[in-house]
Amino acid sequence: MKILSKIYMALIILFLYAPIAVMIVFSFNSGSSVWVFEGFSLGWYAELVFNSEMLEALKHTLLIAILSATISTVLGTAASVGITTLKSKLAKSAIMSVTNIPMMNADIVTGVSLMLLFIFCGKLFGLTESLGFFTVLIAHITFNLPYVILSVLPKLKQTDPALEQAAMDLGCTPLKAFFKVVLPSISSGIFTGFIMAFTLSLDDFVISYFTCGHYQTLPIVIYNMTKRTVTPDTYALSTIIFITVFALMLLYNITLARSEKKRGVI
Amino acid sequence: MMKRILNLLLVFVLCLSLFSFSGCGYEYFELDLQADYTNNLKGTVLNVYNWGEYISDGSDESIDVNKEFERITGIKVNYSTFESNETMYSQLRTAGVSYDIIIPSDYMISRMMSEGMLLPIDYTKITNYGNIDEKYKGQYFDPENKYTVPYSVGMVGVIYNTSMVQNIEESWSVFWDEKYKNQTLMFSNPRDAFMTAQFYGGISVNSEKKADWDKAVELLKDQKQYLQSYVMDEVYGKMETGEAAIAPYYAGDYLTMYEVNEDLAFFYPKEGTNIFVDAVCIPSCCQNYEAAMLYINFLLEPDIALANAEYIGYASPNTTVFNNPDYYYYGNEILYPPEDKTPKTEYYHDLNKDIRFYYEDLWIDVKLH
Amino acid sequence: MKKSSLGQLFLRAPYVIWSALFIIIPLFIMGYYALTDANGVFSFSNFANLGRYKNAFLISLLYAFISTIITLIIAYPLAYFMTKCKPSTQRFMMILTMLPMWTNFLIRTYSWITILSNTGIINTVLQKFGIGPLHLINRPGTVILGMVYDFLPYMILPIFNVMSKIDNSLIGAAEDLGSNRLNVIKKVIFPLSLPGVISGITMVFVPSVSTFYISQKLGGNKTMLIGDVIEYLFNLGPDYYNVASSISLVLMMIILVSLFIMNRVSDGEDGGVLI
Repeated sequence: MKILSKIYMALIILFLYAPIAVMIVFSFNSGSSVWVFEGFSLGWYAELVFNSEMLEALKHTLLIAILSATISTVLGTAASVGITTLKSKLAKSAIMSVTNIPMMNADIVTGVSLMLLFIFCGKLFGLTESLGFFTVLIAHITFNLPYVILSVLPKLKQTDPALEQAAMDLGCTPLKAFFKVVLPSISSGIFTGFIMAFTLSLDDFVISYFTCGHYQTLPIVIYNMTKRTVTPDTYALSTIIFITVFALMLLYNITLARSEKKRGVI
Repeated sequence: MMKRILNLLLVFVLCLSLFSFSGCGYEYFELDLQADYTNNLKGTVLNVYNWGEYISDGSDESIDVNKEFERITGIKVNYSTFESNETMYSQLRTAGVSYDIIIPSDYMISRMMSEGMLLPIDYTKITNYGNIDEKYKGQYFDPENKYTVPYSVGMVGVIYNTSMVQNIEESWSVFWDEKYKNQTLMFSNPRDAFMTAQFYGGISVNSEKKADWDKAVELLKDQKQYLQSYVMDEVYGKMETGEAAIAPYYAGDYLTMYEVNEDLAFFYPKEGTNIFVDAVCIPSCCQNYEAAMLYINFLLEPDIALANAEYIGYASPNTTVFNNPDYYYYGNEILYPPEDKTPKTEYYHDLNKDIRFYYEDLWIDVKLH
Repeated sequence: MKKSSLGQLFLRAPYVIWSALFIIIPLFIMGYYALTDANGVFSFSNFANLGRYKNAFLISLLYAFISTIITLIIAYPLAYFMTKCKPSTQRFMMILTMLPMWTNFLIRTYSWITILSNTGIINTVLQKFGIGPLHLINRPGTVILGMVYDFLPYMILPIFNVMSKIDNSLIGAAEDLGSNRLNVIKKVIFPLSLPGVISGITMVFVPSVSTFYISQKLGGNKTMLIGDVIEYLFNLGPDYYNVASSISLVLMMIILVSLFIMNRVSDGEDGGVLI
């Protein structure tokens, strides 16, 4: 039984990683195809430096991911605090239902509806170009917000409101009480929310596709490329990203395990 | 702990972005230019919207046309690509984005002209216009030569892999042949896909009768069972690797594929085929007209036009290119067929809106069939 | 107290305005397009003409249904086995299931072409043994494979998450009371893991039913799922915004109704469990 379950787990992992293995192998292809392997070469990694379209797109993607994750984390955390203190049940559930919409709805519907809004506004203000950096940013913040709120809210619920009250009774201003008492206790939720927002933004294709105009992010460039011919440099870039994330996750895990052990000892 | 992870993340981000600033490894060419490109537009941006794989981009030691233009004029080129006339048209219609230069095909040019979507070109600024062959001036879509400068010319034909099919009949009927089931590809662009059915069925590609389109759509529905997939530029990979055996595509692209796989052969179907001219135009949303004029003139430069013609592989309307014995495709009979080998051809004309909506709907029917 | 509630309002207001502007209004604009014709005149004609796309809706629902079931069948045992591992292995498995999501899904999907095509890896290997070539790609099954592959982690993670929180003493109690392993799974683990299953199903079903890339690449562009239809029509330009909006609206309704039913099925259990 134990062996069987191990085999099963291995098979699923194999399934999940087969295309990624293909990606890594073909990034070292000496030929220019991602279909026929001609021999080992690091050439495409060097070539990457010359692919200004893709590097530009990578820059756009990172910029949007950092900005949208930061803004949505701030906005979302503030909103969560605001929501927990809401007295009216009705207002609370109304806000929560709206929050759920972008998360539950299909990406394509969210993307399309935002595009219609942006184009509508563009026409209203007589802009020649209604899609671009700001529309992608707005779109990303919009779909990130619910994830931030849903990771911060549970932490807030666990915080004892009496603590904040106590701090204020002891002479803290509400602002100071928030930063000294509430914020530290929800910081792990905020962090999860930020990371989730960052990840989602980095990986988003569908919503960006409808809202980006000239401001192409990496997934958009890759999409356009798969409509022509994909060259191994795309795979090379993805391999670099993959390995970096893998290393980061492992590192995170090792530090986590270590700190747990330490705590166990004490 | 959390701080450390955040720091790591920042380092990761910084590394990636540093890495992305280091990009520039192209060596500029010594160009022999006919026109003068002094200007006071340095630092402005020119938005160019062109077909995919339709400009020499510096790969394989060719000239990178956009980079050279940026170096010579100091104007930044923001280059994007489309994959069909229809996509380009709708992008311009939505007003979501603006462009200064577009390169549509004949029938789309006449539609955009009639809808007031193009600006006239100031030919006094296009000093290299004389390089264009008279044959390509005053075409049906721009009889008075006001809006267009021809960029390239092409015809559609059939590409096949001689190691996979022998004794092929030079007809559109190969796409309705049980013999080639699962080995054929088809255009995923409705106008071109309908064209194959229309020539096969003896229907005009410019018919404005719904009944004619109904007839063609039945042929397309019938054709679908024999196809491997619908493609546009993915055709390169599929034909070059032998994934598919037969595909209709543009003659110039065949020459590019042949460079990779010499088993590939080409014919113009006996029933006739589509001929097209792609021309440079200025859309009415143009924000940088003067820079656009410089760009058009630049494209007509013998060195640049030659680099483009060799990179794209389509026939060039530029006399300095096709009369140049050093031109890689000089005298090529597929691109420049002599009188007796010229196939029967038909240009697309713009169809009325009713028919356009009608065939787009029919196309979805084919896909959902 | 008054001062603080003013402060809270100040915290809440930006978000409320933001959601009104970028969640609610866009949906209304979409509704407006869906209920007007190209000239902006009120009409139901867009909805009346939806019959043309009936097949796209049916195929999308069918494919999404099948791929959701398959992912559930694959993911459930996996999540269960994962909970039986050492904590360190558990964490490693979590990373392994999450990691593919960091690689662009377009590339992961595209890689399958290299594996499955006529001249691809599987067929090359098979040919060494004198079999094939098998016709693996550009079929309905390949599209479903693509969906299962792309969305499998969304099923594994919520189920695992809920399962790993099940109190081991409950299982011990059931065993002490004479349940065999199968019964423990049926009577204790499955009911308790239901919220995870529900959220897994929604997280797989919604993207599957609305995807617009997978069938273009793995299905040879031969069928159009509803997402493909929406993308295609929007790309045709403003003349098609009305009909495309009405299709999007119907898709949204279908999704909302399915989510509603799912939540009912789970006996009012909170379906909003997240990773």
